[in-house]
Amino acid sequence: MAANEADWVTVPRIRSAPEDFLSHEQISEIASGRRSFLSNAFMLAAGSAAVASSVPASAEFKGDPNILELPAHTKGLGKPVAETGYGQPSQYERNLQRRESPGLTRVSAASVSFAPLQGMFGIITPNGLHFERHHQGWWDIDPSKHRLMINGLVKNPLVFTMDDLMRLPAVSRIHFIECGANTAMEWGNVAVPTVQYTHGMLSCCEFTGVLLSTLLDMAGFDRKSGKYILVEGADGSSLTRTIAMDRALDDCMVAYAMNGEMLRPENGYPLRMVAPGIQGVSWVKWLRRIEVGDQPFGTKDEVIHYIDLMPDGRHRQYTSIQECKSVITSPSGGQTLLDKGFHNITGLAWSGRGRIKRVDVSFDGGRNWQVARLENPVQSKSLTRFNISWTWNGGDAILQSRAIDETGYVQPKINQLRAVRGSRSIYHNNAIQSWKVAGSGEVSNVQVY
Amino acid sequence: MFKSTRLLSMLLLAASMGSAASLHANEKYPGVGRAATAAEIKAWDIDVRPDLTGLPPGSGSVAKGQEIWEAKCTSCHGTFGESNEVFSPLVGGTTAEDIKIGRVKALQEPVARSTLMKVSSISTLWDYINRAMPWNAPKSLSSDEVYATLAYLLHLGDIIPADYVLSDTNMRAVQERLPNRNGKIKYDRLWNINGKGDVQNVACMKNCVIETGLTSALPDSARGSHGNLAEQQRDVGPARFIDPVNANKRSEIVQLAAVTGSATAKPSNASMSDLARKSNCMACHQVDKKFVGPSFLEVAAKYKSDSLAETRLVEKIKVGGGGVWGAVPMPPSTLRTEEIRALTKWVLAGAPGK
Repeated sequence: MAANEADWVTVPRIRSAPEDFLSHEQISEIASGRRSFLSNAFMLAAGSAAVASSVPASAEFKGDPNILELPAHTKGLGKPVAETGYGQPSQYERNLQRRESPGLTRVSAASVSFAPLQGMFGIITPNGLHFERHHQGWWDIDPSKHRLMINGLVKNPLVFTMDDLMRLPAVSRIHFIECGANTAMEWGNVAVPTVQYTHGMLSCCEFTGVLLSTLLDMAGFDRKSGKYILVEGADGSSLTRTIAMDRALDDCMVAYAMNGEMLRPENGYPLRMVAPGIQGVSWVKWLRRIEVGDQPFGTKDEVIHYIDLMPDGRHRQYTSIQECKSVITSPSGGQTLLDKGFHNITGLAWSGRGRIKRVDVSFDGGRNWQVARLENPVQSKSLTRFNISWTWNGGDAILQSRAIDETGYVQPKINQLRAVRGSRSIYHNNAIQSWKVAGSGEVSNVQVY
Repeated sequence: MFKSTRLLSMLLLAASMGSAASLHANEKYPGVGRAATAAEIKAWDIDVRPDLTGLPPGSGSVAKGQEIWEAKCTSCHGTFGESNEVFSPLVGGTTAEDIKIGRVKALQEPVARSTLMKVSSISTLWDYINRAMPWNAPKSLSSDEVYATLAYLLHLGDIIPADYVLSDTNMRAVQERLPNRNGKIKYDRLWNINGKGDVQNVACMKNCVIETGLTSALPDSARGSHGNLAEQQRDVGPARFIDPVNANKRSEIVQLAAVTGSATAKPSNASMSDLARKSNCMACHQVDKKFVGPSFLEVAAKYKSDSLAETRLVEKIKVGGGGVWGAVPMPPSTLRTEEIRALTKWVLAGAPGK
């Protein structure tokens, strides 16, 4: 027992007992600061790598009470069908919410909420957890009154209803959307604690809609002079951005659906721009108008914001492509490894220029790297999930991931970005992220290069 | 021959009037979309480009702009456009020398960046005030009011004098006084999809060079900056939140608070109705009609003058029972005693509505 006691003290563990799983006896036990022998014995059996596969020697350990004592859900009547007409996540998942970063913005109608990447799986973002960025608040627009106009350098200026758009040939494609300001707070130094805030202006959906090329063809756009398009929203800000015509004709689409249902109001219901590989601000929501032009439109969000301040004091405008990037989502900052021993390290990689070719992971702060497994599907301008096995020996470690896309571009280190763009930039930070794992198992945000 | 020529001229006529769109659009996708009317385009095509295409005629004085500013802009932007309270400052950080050369010197070592330090095209300011300001009433300003408001903003930055009247005829001249008009680059390598980018790394695999090691970590003082991280992680899984200082204590306190918190919250009628539905009471009971079991109103009526009914019913719901109202027994409830007691009180009160 002495060895086990010591083990218990040095390796912190947590009682796996969310709300409602605690019996009244357990609650009073916790309140009085005692812990029963049975619970302790069980925790050791379940938690410690050293004894994980063996039952404790103690004769008093009969087994897991979660197995021995049949729970209410095994012995009672469950809930009926259609209890909620639109299903909701388990009550035990309520911690995974999109959240604002305190102090980042001062009015929540012109703010950002970050997706909880630390608890997400695969590559698809559930619609209710898709990150938000609104410039002047969001609206739930009546789709029967929404219109899309195409004008400018076109033979036939057109108006479409939603009915019209949903009659046209539809495409469904999985693409990531990343705000140009994702990871912006980390240009100078570490600033925020978790991957939700370092990388959570990132989501990925299967979008359904009409290729923009279909609509531009219908309008008879000027193929010679029409080098740019302007996309404009129907909200108060009527947000506008310029998109290059070659992008517009390639894979841009006007989308009305995400992940099998219509867009969420916070994501542009009933119509938004999908501009694969290009920063999120160009994916204009509540899309009302597309104008073809012969030069860039010089909008607020390409002349005053979403510009990169260079060391010589000049601003780069129209920097749009989200370059290759990756991050380990679990374990990540704010989490703690339950125990030493085996762990699956998982994360996301993406590139605005195409497919992910490879992801490397380092456990020693970038000295040595191993190739991670890429999960299918690996698609162009989509999130790609990677996994790699790791046995933690209980010592300090620094975890990093480094993505390489099909163009051969290798995700940079923060010092390489700073060497070119200086340290006062905000946007387009695609640096390698480092997570430090301390001996206690605590994972924290650090910069190592 | 005559007929086809006539048809052609009709088509040309139709095209010149802008009404051929539906014909054209319908060639490939018959019945989808229609031509936009001139009035519709005028209503929505409000953008103004750096070459001033789209700029409507009109004018506004600095003095008029000050009136508008003080009524509609100061609450967010401050009297002098300097405020950092709601949005980043509009005015500040520019000099007469900057206006002369068109580059803002302070951007080389900026403390903060105001809009007038950054903006390179005057059209951008006109367009944005026109489309999105004031913040809570966008598109409520007339063209003349937009000119006036912009005039006042530019005056705050010493770009135009106090007696200036900004108009569509002098916008181009004022553009040549914007302090950062020359401070921009259109960087095509991050605009074009096939660009190479500006920063390169190499995929070293073994014994790679680490230049500086760990240079930055989140200070302990910032740990609480983003709220209680325990509430932002899943409660189950191999990597989740554990307070590193009070590994066990912290989580237990959180759990205890969650349990006792929900038990002591004062129940509302709506929450009781909701609880009855969610905990499957409504699978057999209805409020006002007999169903599998008695209606709540029948139960309330039966025990109206029975002061001990509440205690008995709580026990009965807890362990289950039958025989009073019919042959079908009631299964034991999985709710906590506090919840059962609250539900019982609610039923005995006649299950008051939401």
